[in-house]
Amino acid sequence: MKGVSNIEILQIVGFGLIGTFLALILKEQKTSFAFLLTLVIGITIFLFLIDQIALVLRMLQHLAEEAHINLMYVETIMKIIGIAYIAEFGAQITKDAGQGAIAAKIELAGKILILVMALPILSIIIETVINLIPR
Amino acid sequence: MGIDVNVVFQIAGLGIVVAMLHSVLKMVGKEDYANWVTLLGFIVALFIVISLLSDLFQKVKGVFLFQN
Repeated sequence: MKGVSNIEILQIVGFGLIGTFLALILKEQKTSFAFLLTLVIGITIFLFLIDQIALVLRMLQHLAEEAHINLMYVETIMKIIGIAYIAEFGAQITKDAGQGAIAAKIELAGKILILVMALPILSIIIETVINLIPR
Repeated sequence: MGIDVNVVFQIAGLGIVVAMLHSVLKMVGKEDYANWVTLLGFIVALFIVISLLSDLFQKVKGVFLFQN
């Protein structure tokens, strides 16, 4: 764990507060710029978080390799987490800009893509269960 | 690892400057110029945001989808 300490959360909170004040000031003048500011703050925080998430995922991947789990399952799970991450980001930003309908569609797309990702695993489970049934 | 605060101040400053320019140009009476200035400022800010967004998407691809 390099360079991760309690000080990081102070940075994030301070950053978010500064951004919120600036967005409040900017909202009175130009709403579109305030929205872009919110987008930048969200992107920056997600960019910061993704480094930490990468550490966790590398550890998970290493564990899976040690345990000789089929890498396809781990890969699918990570892809699902990635889809959820991006879809959540997009949906929150669009909802914040006042477009609740588009946000709902983004969430729906995320759910359906996750379902499609999980299909191979689902079919393998069903095949296994069917093979277990004596006939 | 560090957080890049400069971009936030850049966009906020751009927004304030554009709002000022808009009101000044409106006071002088050049309404169409004011609208163009607003649009141009928005496009510049959008460029900054889009480059950041593509950075985020590339990183997400690299971390979650094993394409690094």
